[in-house]
Amino acid sequence: MPFRFEFPAVVRNTARFYGDGLRSMTLGRSLWLVIAIKLVVIFGILKLFFFPDYLGTHFETNRERADFVLEQITHPQPSTSPGGELDD
Amino acid sequence: MIDHLDLTMVNWARAQFALTAMYHWIFVPLTLGITWIIAYYHSIYYKTGNEEWKRLTRFWMRLFAVNFAIGVATGIILEFEFGTNWSNYSWMVGDIFGAPLAIEGLFAFFIEATFFAVMFFGWDRVSRKFHLFSTWMVAIGSNLSAVWILVANAWMQNPIGQEFNPDKARFEMTSFKDIVFSPIAVAKFTHTTSSSMVLAAMFIISVSSWYLLKGRHQVMARRSIIVASVFAFLASLFVIFTGDQSAYTVAQKQPMKLAACEGLYRGEEGAELIAFGILNGNKKIGDDQKPCLFKIGVPGMLSYLSNRSFNSFVPGIEDMVSGNPSRNIMGTGQKMEMGKTALAALAEYKDKTTSGDAAGAAAALVTFNANKQFLGYGYLEKPEDAAPPVALSFYSFHFMVILGTLFPVVALAFLFFAWRDTLADRKWLLRLGTIMFFLSLIAHWLGWIVAEVGRQPWAIQDLLPVTVARSNLTVGTVQTTFFLFLALFTILLIAEIGIMLKQIAIGPEEG
Repeated sequence: MPFRFEFPAVVRNTARFYGDGLRSMTLGRSLWLVIAIKLVVIFGILKLFFFPDYLGTHFETNRERADFVLEQITHPQPSTSPGGELDD
Repeated sequence: MIDHLDLTMVNWARAQFALTAMYHWIFVPLTLGITWIIAYYHSIYYKTGNEEWKRLTRFWMRLFAVNFAIGVATGIILEFEFGTNWSNYSWMVGDIFGAPLAIEGLFAFFIEATFFAVMFFGWDRVSRKFHLFSTWMVAIGSNLSAVWILVANAWMQNPIGQEFNPDKARFEMTSFKDIVFSPIAVAKFTHTTSSSMVLAAMFIISVSSWYLLKGRHQVMARRSIIVASVFAFLASLFVIFTGDQSAYTVAQKQPMKLAACEGLYRGEEGAELIAFGILNGNKKIGDDQKPCLFKIGVPGMLSYLSNRSFNSFVPGIEDMVSGNPSRNIMGTGQKMEMGKTALAALAEYKDKTTSGDAAGAAAALVTFNANKQFLGYGYLEKPEDAAPPVALSFYSFHFMVILGTLFPVVALAFLFFAWRDTLADRKWLLRLGTIMFFLSLIAHWLGWIVAEVGRQPWAIQDLLPVTVARSNLTVGTVQTTFFLFLALFTILLIAEIGIMLKQIAIGPEEG
């Protein structure tokens, strides 16, 4: 007799519960669409192109990051000069 | 005010953070508060089996879902901003914030996500008891997940349970308990969650008032208002109590903030609490001008609020800036000296460690440890820099208090006329009711302005000013993302208002 894998009943019932619930939504579909678009914009555009982790992208190791921050806090650069143009 | 309008990188980054936080804070308090009221509505349905309460519960759940969907993930943008605009700060607090934020994530995922689905999909699918349990768990879970972010914020206002590691340039946690149960954290959590309950109750009162004005869904609207008014009234009283606790902890831990909120330049015994006042815009720290052009005050009340004694001394801005030896208050100038000594010792420690001079490094570390409690003052240019913007703190605080006093009165009025069964005839009250949500939202925003502007110049109280907490970015970079956010948030807000208004117009399912 061929082996046939079946998920436990609790898993099947839970999946059916969520599946039925999602299918029966009317307003919920619009809301999921809003959430999906928002997540794409937040993670796919904002995070990727506009919000890199400054220390994560500029340094390889935590030691380098710690040294950089230590340098920053012990020899801070002026931040109130007009324009405040600093290193990028 | 104009003195502080300095749009360099730091201030653009601050403006961006404020914009994001204020947008995020439209959704958070409504979620925190309305889940309790929905759970209560659901409980009434569970107890009575009355279908009208079921329709009512489902209707408010629907509006909650709209709010949740539009608001979800907006807080993540704040974390992006930490990493990009505030990288020094982000690095330095990573060890402290890691645990609370991880716990928040777990709470949000396991409790909210699991029971959230059962709450929405569970009608006639799970047992009535488990369904009701799930609704309560959504309320408990969402409020518990808020604990952790508020703990993180409270730590910035009162950085206890930590030790600065000069090798890693990080504040490291030494006592989780001290951080979680710090007086500021406890006051912040209770004040925030209770005021969120007021906001949510006002949201229900606003929507229901509109229905009554339009003559629609009157039974549902009246029932919703009665329960929401009881919640609003009781929660408002609790907000006054927690507000008092909050002011007391601020007086103990951040006296400069309290002095700015009250426009108190020179400390005094039996200090009065200003109920309403107009500040003298020309007043400068150290001059002889009066701080207020006009004021109505309650004698001794600020002393009581600060020290639980009507005759006690409350320090003013000038006492803390210039020092007041007779009151044993150290001036900012002396703290700046100690801060500069700590910074020089930290730099020396780094140099000696790099060059392998262990004895020199140890000596520098001793000097650093002796002065590190005022580390942040070493960055200030003049003692007056330790004072926050007084006008913004003062007016935000007072308008918040005025609004906070209005809420229980309005809630009582709604209850009174509902009891007299004449609510539908009180058009003036219903019209006022329609704007109560917006007034309570403004009160929340003002509260955050008090908390955050009032603690300037600090990112971490006494230890790190915002000017040093930032990343090395150009103004243009931050300006670009600021306007990008402004556009994104405006679109999302229009989407939310559109979906929300449509759902309100549809109203509850007809029986």
